[in-house]
Amino acid sequence: MVPTSYYLILSAVLFGLGVLAFVFKRNIITIFMAIELMLNAVNLAFVAFSQALHKSDGEVFVLFVIVVAAAEAAVGLGIIILTARNRRSLNVERVDLLKL
Amino acid sequence: MVPQVPQSADIVRVLPEILWCGFGVLLMLFQPYQKNRQALTLLAMLGTALGTLSTFFGKGGSGFFGLIQFDTFSLFFHWLLGLVAFLVILAADSYLERENLDPAEFYALILFATAGMGVLASAQELLTAFIGLEMSSISSYILAGYRRDSVKSSESAVKYFLLGSFATAFFLYGIALVYGVTGSTNLAEIANADPTSNLLRLGLALMLVGLGFKVAAAPFQIWTPDVYEGAPTPVTALFAAGPKAATFALLLRIFTTIHAATDFWFWAFWILAVVTMFVGNLGAIVQTNVKRMLAYSSIAHAGYTLVAFAAVTFLKGDPENGPWPAYAAILFYLLGYALVKVGAFTIVSEIGGTGERHLTLDDFAGLGTRQPFAAAAMSVFLLSLLGLPITAGFFGKFYVFKAAINSKLIWLAVLMAVNSVIGAYYYLRVIVVMYMREHKGELPADIAGSLSPTASMVVAVAVAATIYLGLFPNHILGIVLSQNLFASR
Repeated sequence: MVPTSYYLILSAVLFGLGVLAFVFKRNIITIFMAIELMLNAVNLAFVAFSQALHKSDGEVFVLFVIVVAAAEAAVGLGIIILTARNRRSLNVERVDLLKL
Repeated sequence: MVPQVPQSADIVRVLPEILWCGFGVLLMLFQPYQKNRQALTLLAMLGTALGTLSTFFGKGGSGFFGLIQFDTFSLFFHWLLGLVAFLVILAADSYLERENLDPAEFYALILFATAGMGVLASAQELLTAFIGLEMSSISSYILAGYRRDSVKSSESAVKYFLLGSFATAFFLYGIALVYGVTGSTNLAEIANADPTSNLLRLGLALMLVGLGFKVAAAPFQIWTPDVYEGAPTPVTALFAAGPKAATFALLLRIFTTIHAATDFWFWAFWILAVVTMFVGNLGAIVQTNVKRMLAYSSIAHAGYTLVAFAAVTFLKGDPENGPWPAYAAILFYLLGYALVKVGAFTIVSEIGGTGERHLTLDDFAGLGTRQPFAAAAMSVFLLSLLGLPITAGFFGKFYVFKAAINSKLIWLAVLMAVNSVIGAYYYLRVIVVMYMREHKGELPADIAGSLSPTASMVVAVAVAATIYLGLFPNHILGIVLSQNLFASR
């Protein structure tokens, strides 16, 4: 059986990669995918802990996270399409009308 | 084992949320048949009021097997949120007409967001808190981009969405780690955990990062000015008042329940408070756009609130009053601040005119002679934000200050005083411009000659409440202090 710590390290690595992609990527869709990666890293951590603790509430939490992520994706993609229509670009560096 | 079924008392405890969501759905159902904007506004206001009043039926205590907690604390925040939503809907009426936006969905989203904030304020379990946070956030993302044709508005929505979801991921990862250590996501059960566990601390730190984003505490505040400036102004009023108060409510509940957090978060709050105050105030000084200046001012005010959070840690050991004065300070501060922000943004929204084109300081020049009522009301709000006597802001700041002094946080109190002085510069500047400078050149034809009747009502209520709280702070403080905040009523 694979030890729990392996799952947790994988989850931390995935979360870290998500954060890096969020910070360094320039396309809004890619940034959005980075967020999804982070949420799935969270799911992995929940499932691993849930298995290790022999409790099911972690798995229930995962279901909620999936549902909310789906709702967020629906709204988020709508907003991204709106921005793309208004600006004809998906590069975040050009979304800079508002600044200090 | 008896199967667990929600009792009717449980349902009554979430009655405000049910009514708010129900009226939101109702509004969307009516939308194709009812083209009359004012009828929809009235329906939305009715729903908000009914939801808020339904808190009278709720019996105190824990509902849905520990998922939510209905106590004086959550009652206070339900009233605050209901009041904010009510005023924002009333203020949005003329705005929606001017911008030619669809009212039904707008009101529905405000009601959904308010329901989410209500859940957040009574969450007793991190799962409920997460759902509440997302209910309010997802509705807010749409509201920020509600002016679909405006480039600024959609940019504001995309920024809010990306950074908001980013923050949510941190909050969730924090919950996952806390769950891994304690085996539970219930706050009461987490409270029993070993406070020295490093993994628990890491989890709490990540949760603080996530919630820090939502309350716009520096260094997580970067989204705030952009989102506040780009969003439709009534929505900005909602953002500045509602989600912030609800997230602070959750933060306070976590902070007071989990002892590990109380000790561990102290320095985090100390540093966050100082950085947030300076970033907000120094950022506000250089602004020429009044809407953006108020956004920076709301960052600064998050900093002042965090000062009271830092004070809670030390006051806990105080044998006489315990941490109650600090809790009372936070609640009073959030109430006074929410009312002022709603009023101030309503005036900004009216002066802005069609397409929100008149938002700079120059557009406010000569307002004292052009629109005496609006100028006087704006002055009251700015003085309250500054913290001058006879306004709610004075007592809010005074109680926070006192809590900081009582807990021997002298340096924090000194830095807060310094920041108040910096704040005086940019708040008073607006008043000076309104009364002592004439408008340069011709007045633009589309600049509003006077406030619309609905906006005037909102402003009048906000002014009255600000002065009432400034004259009789004991009425609210009495409610907060006389009974145990976190016990059932």
